[in-house]
Amino acid sequence: MSDFINNFWPMWITVIALGGIFGCALLLWWTSKIKVAANSDNTSGHIWDEDIREMNNPLPRWWVWMFIITIIFALFYLAAYPGLGSYAGKLGWSEVNQYDKEVAAANKALAPLYARFAAMPVEELAKDKEAKAIGERLFMNNCAACHGSDARGSRGFPNLTDNDWIAGGSPEKIQETITNGRIGMMPPMAAAVGNEEDVKNVANYVLSLSGSKHDSARALLGKEKFVVCAACHGADGKGNQTIGALNLTDNIWLHGVGEAAIIKRINEGKTNQMPAWGAKFTPEQIHVLAAYVWGLSHK
Amino acid sequence: MQFLNTQSTTYHDDVIRKFAIMAVVWGVVGMLVGVIIAAQLCWPELNLGLPWTSFGRLRPLHTNAVIFAFGGSTLFATSYYVVQRTCQVSLFLPKLANLTFWGWQLVILSAVISLPLGYTQAKEYAELEWPIDILIAIVWVAYAVVFFGTVGTRKVKHIYVANWFFGAFILTVALLHIVNSAAVPAGWMKSYSAYAGVQDAMVQWWYGHNAVGFFLTAGFLGIMYYFVPKQAGRPVYSYSLSIVHFWALIFTYMWAGPHHLHYTALPDWTQSLGMAFSLILLAPSWGGMINGMMTMSGAWHKLRTDPILRFLVVSLSFYGMSTFEGPMMAIKTVNSLSHYTDWTVGHVHSGALGWVGMVSIGALYFMIPRLFGQKQMHSIKAIEVHFWLATTGIVLYIAALWISGVMEGLMWRAINADGTLTYTFVESVKAKHPYYIIRTIGGLLYLSGMSTMLWNVIKTATSGKAATANIPAVAAHA
Repeated sequence: MSDFINNFWPMWITVIALGGIFGCALLLWWTSKIKVAANSDNTSGHIWDEDIREMNNPLPRWWVWMFIITIIFALFYLAAYPGLGSYAGKLGWSEVNQYDKEVAAANKALAPLYARFAAMPVEELAKDKEAKAIGERLFMNNCAACHGSDARGSRGFPNLTDNDWIAGGSPEKIQETITNGRIGMMPPMAAAVGNEEDVKNVANYVLSLSGSKHDSARALLGKEKFVVCAACHGADGKGNQTIGALNLTDNIWLHGVGEAAIIKRINEGKTNQMPAWGAKFTPEQIHVLAAYVWGLSHK
Repeated sequence: MQFLNTQSTTYHDDVIRKFAIMAVVWGVVGMLVGVIIAAQLCWPELNLGLPWTSFGRLRPLHTNAVIFAFGGSTLFATSYYVVQRTCQVSLFLPKLANLTFWGWQLVILSAVISLPLGYTQAKEYAELEWPIDILIAIVWVAYAVVFFGTVGTRKVKHIYVANWFFGAFILTVALLHIVNSAAVPAGWMKSYSAYAGVQDAMVQWWYGHNAVGFFLTAGFLGIMYYFVPKQAGRPVYSYSLSIVHFWALIFTYMWAGPHHLHYTALPDWTQSLGMAFSLILLAPSWGGMINGMMTMSGAWHKLRTDPILRFLVVSLSFYGMSTFEGPMMAIKTVNSLSHYTDWTVGHVHSGALGWVGMVSIGALYFMIPRLFGQKQMHSIKAIEVHFWLATTGIVLYIAALWISGVMEGLMWRAINADGTLTYTFVESVKAKHPYYIIRTIGGLLYLSGMSTMLWNVIKTATSGKAATANIPAVAAHA
């Protein structure tokens, strides 16, 4: 077993574990033999603090049996399950294979249910009542933590109901996003843009792209500095889904509205991550989930 | 060699008076913080939107205050009281004992300031940062010197059973604290654990479970072994039983930690050993309960009139109940339901409020009038009221958390025919709301009982004055 660096440790564990269990039994046997010369009042004759005395009544039988039963149970348990060093136990149980078995059994039981959905295209699945209900449950238990139970997201977590897509909104793309996750990365751009004034000007130009409230004199000055941003966000600022560059023209602000928020992004950049779910769900489940998500903006 | 303390004809009780009073004060403070955070779980607005008053920072303040400030002060007070009286000798190095008082209060004060400010090592029940950890270690070594010095200079030949438990508690807590707190400092109030990953987790729960086993069990069994026979006026039931349950308890507890890490990255073999030894722990734990309960035989009628004895006996019942529940929850199958739920919190509180709290309260009610030269507490009626407030509070508290714990455990594992979870996490949170309110009420009752006690203690202390107790002649071996 990889837990051990050499043969000494599993042996050591076995010896002290069994030694400890037998030691308990020995202790029980030994103390049951203790005879204290009893006084007439059935105490040992020792007196502490004027009036504290001790009797030496025998160990209660039922209690001794309870102790013995737990000891016997422990021995059987350690024969059946891994415990004594690298000994794997008669039953061959491990938490990993218990998990694998349970997952395999569940997936097998669910296969017929999902088989019906697998054949249906996402567009059709999004209208299927049963698939929608399953998709919603999958979403609520796994996606809602970030995207919200109404799927409208919050700052840093995209809204999934507005048909504005960072990495693409086709059924295939959604499926890909769920399976592999996404990492969006914008580097800090202040140095490339210029000085503090330049950054402010570019921010105003970005605001002007969506017709948001801005300083038009600054926006005009910022326009030429936007060239360095255009590499990812495009000359028209409409973004680029293949690299996850956000659309700056649609008045949807993932990381905050207004001049200050944009300046912060330019200065600090941003790395945003959605984890991959491919290991948690079967492809069939992801298919159903993707249909639910697609359906959120295709009612 | 003659030690100074062996020449004294009176006990050194000054430090005990201070610790006993502070135990009650910290009890009220710690439980008040507990009620506040219980209320925050019902009404999150009570976090006040401030970092210093948020649940995440007040929760460790609550646990540290009740375990180390209330429980710790009680243990210092009772162990100093018991060790002198059962060894029939004055405290070894009383000045050092006095230093343990001020040192321990300084530790508590540092916790009260640093935890709300957000300084933490992020280890449960060992949150305090490394400079405070070093202070704890120093105070603890001084405590050990005083305690074992007193035992070493005793006038009575046999070491009384209460002192075995206090001794095991002091030695083991030193070991646990030093090993688990080992860290690399990265500034004055920042450090990184000396262990990484799953080993860090294992060291933490080896510490965590033995903090329960030695701080909250062995130490309080020491209290039980003195105050139950004293208040009942009956001899201890069985010497043999005390031997077997003492050695089995201190040995077996050491192995039980891994049951806090079932179904985690901890290797399978470690989990199995933890579970097997947790089950073996049942009988040794019950040994203490039986020895206490059977000591009552011939004195049961006193329960009708003596509320202090009632506190002690009910504490033993809760001890028996929670040490049965513990091994059951350590079984992997049960644990897979109970883990991460409120059931665990309820279990801890049946031990903390029921066992630790009530045995402490009983012992303090016994000691305080004697320490201030009074026959009894200022108001016996108030002790009665305290008893019923505390008992009702505990019952409400643990019943509410049993229900909410099992309920949320079942909700988390409920699965639809399509393989999806039946309930979202937030639905399980919502379902717990009424039980959280009941729990808060339970905590409030327990707190009001403790406040009654504070009033009663102040009345008793101010109407009496510091009493000097003479050391009686050592009884001749009959």
